[in-house]
Amino acid sequence: MLSFITRRIAAAVGTLFLSSVLVFLAVQALPGDVATQILGKDATPDAVAALREKLKLDKPAWERYADWVGGALHGDFGTSLVSGKAVGGEVSTYLGNSALIALVTVLFAVTGSIVLGVLAGLYRDRWPDHLISTVSLVGMSVPEFVVATVLVLCFSVALPWFPAVVLYGPDASVGQLLPAVWLPALALAVVMAAYIVRMARTSVIDVMATEYVTTARLKGLSTWRVVTRHALPSALLPTLHVIALNVAWLVGGVAVVENVFNYPGIGKLMLSSVQNRDLPTIQAIALISAVVYVVCNLAADLATMALNPRLRTRGRTR
Amino acid sequence: MTTLDTAAPTTVRGARTARAWRTLSTSRTALIGLAIVAVHIVIALLAPLLTSYDPIANDANHALLGSSWSHWAGTDQYGRDVLARVLYGGRYALGVSLAATLLTVALGTVIGCAAALRGGWFDDVLGRILDAVLSVPSILALLVVVTALGTGPSVIVLAVAITFVPQVVRVVRGAALAVVPADYVTAARARGESTWSILRREILPNITDVVCVEFAMRASWVVLLISSLSFLGFGADPPTPDWGLMVAENRTAITVVPMASIAPIIALATLVVGLNLAADGLSKAWGVDRIREGS
Repeated sequence: MLSFITRRIAAAVGTLFLSSVLVFLAVQALPGDVATQILGKDATPDAVAALREKLKLDKPAWERYADWVGGALHGDFGTSLVSGKAVGGEVSTYLGNSALIALVTVLFAVTGSIVLGVLAGLYRDRWPDHLISTVSLVGMSVPEFVVATVLVLCFSVALPWFPAVVLYGPDASVGQLLPAVWLPALALAVVMAAYIVRMARTSVIDVMATEYVTTARLKGLSTWRVVTRHALPSALLPTLHVIALNVAWLVGGVAVVENVFNYPGIGKLMLSSVQNRDLPTIQAIALISAVVYVVCNLAADLATMALNPRLRTRGRTR
Repeated sequence: MTTLDTAAPTTVRGARTARAWRTLSTSRTALIGLAIVAVHIVIALLAPLLTSYDPIANDANHALLGSSWSHWAGTDQYGRDVLARVLYGGRYALGVSLAATLLTVALGTVIGCAAALRGGWFDDVLGRILDAVLSVPSILALLVVVTALGTGPSVIVLAVAITFVPQVVRVVRGAALAVVPADYVTAARARGESTWSILRREILPNITDVVCVEFAMRASWVVLLISSLSFLGFGADPPTPDWGLMVAENRTAITVVPMASIAPIIALATLVVGLNLAADGLSKAWGVDRIREGS
């Protein structure tokens, strides 16, 4: 089992190395000379050459890659080409704001969808199932910006309960941002929950058909106990992976929703840095997203293994 | 040999197609989904016959009107008829999404089958690279490709293909792995047939159902992603009638003319619901497990 874990972690590190190379190469492929872009078209060739040297653009690609990754490992992602501040600090400010949304989203989505998914699975092919399945189908059929727009229409325009846009900058305090967190989080949670509900429903149906659930029922256990003690733990296993993948998806979904609400989070920073060709910031965001994705998947794999004895033994014999 | 080869497969394929259609016609979900998509295609094709308004002609005297008999869904800030833009908007959404999905699924199928057939180091290296590509959020990857190559339908098709091919490869590879150990594949290998020929004649016919479901499902994702891209201002260029772009433009006047935002939303949602129903129905009718990892 230990060797399985080591192998899994080694694979994750390998994936991260490859994605850092891909991110670096993709950003290098962006057209236009950075130095010319910063100084403007009227810059003298001397000034451009001096800046290129300062940005180390005159060095070979592999050397710049090594510098970048080496810095990133120490938390130094370079300086932003737009604001002139350290990318690491800037990204972490925005990331913190987004983490607030992500936390609320995951909380809403996971609890809501597991309850709904289990209900749908237990009432298979009856009206609660049909209702929940239809709603989740619609939920996964509308893009995040549509859910967000509809929510603004309902809870900011018709009922002025929540702000439609955030007026604060990235340095706003948690207290200032808190009223603005709910609508974006709800918009993301609706889309995210739609997928988890379907997965939870299928696994509950599968588990309820197994022999040990029948046995538990024949023993005379109450339905509540059968569901919470026997069905739910095994039904949650496959759902875990969908949740992990969805957390990774959040990074992308957040970009759209934050733009709708003008929320100062990582998604907004991502869009503006793509618009401004702020290469160090784009690289940093992409690398951090990759880390989030890989870590989430690794955690889901290890948790699945810890919860499923069959996988543990297979890991040892293989 | 040649006579046998040409005669046998066509009848087998004919029977298989007939059976696929029979199971399909029993699935109400799939039929409803396909019907919705068909209606969208017809509307997009017949848009000029269904409305007399020009979707991109500005009319400053009639800006931001509510719903009326002359403008069913009102007009936007430039005085363009919203209904006309919604009807024409299907052309961009369907055209670009269809091209992008076709390219994505075709590339993914070939690479996935090749990985399953070749196995060994090729499969391992490919798996690692795909993992790495998947770890970057698709919106960011799309934005970088679009910034690098400029906007325009062909760039978006290419960008979508780059971001979605890895996921298709994973699914198809999984399906193909189940076919590769079959005796007829071993026989074809023993006959000395080329990889390409085994792929086309032995593997593909056995994973057609998986590929079809993947196509319907991927299409719904592609429509969503392309509309999000347009919404963010990196997709369709402004005068083009496109649903995502329309929501972005008309959102500012949502209190004045709510219909101008709601109409494109309905169009977009019905198209994706149709695609999702089709994917659900097809997978259930053909016994393909649609709810796999990540989908």
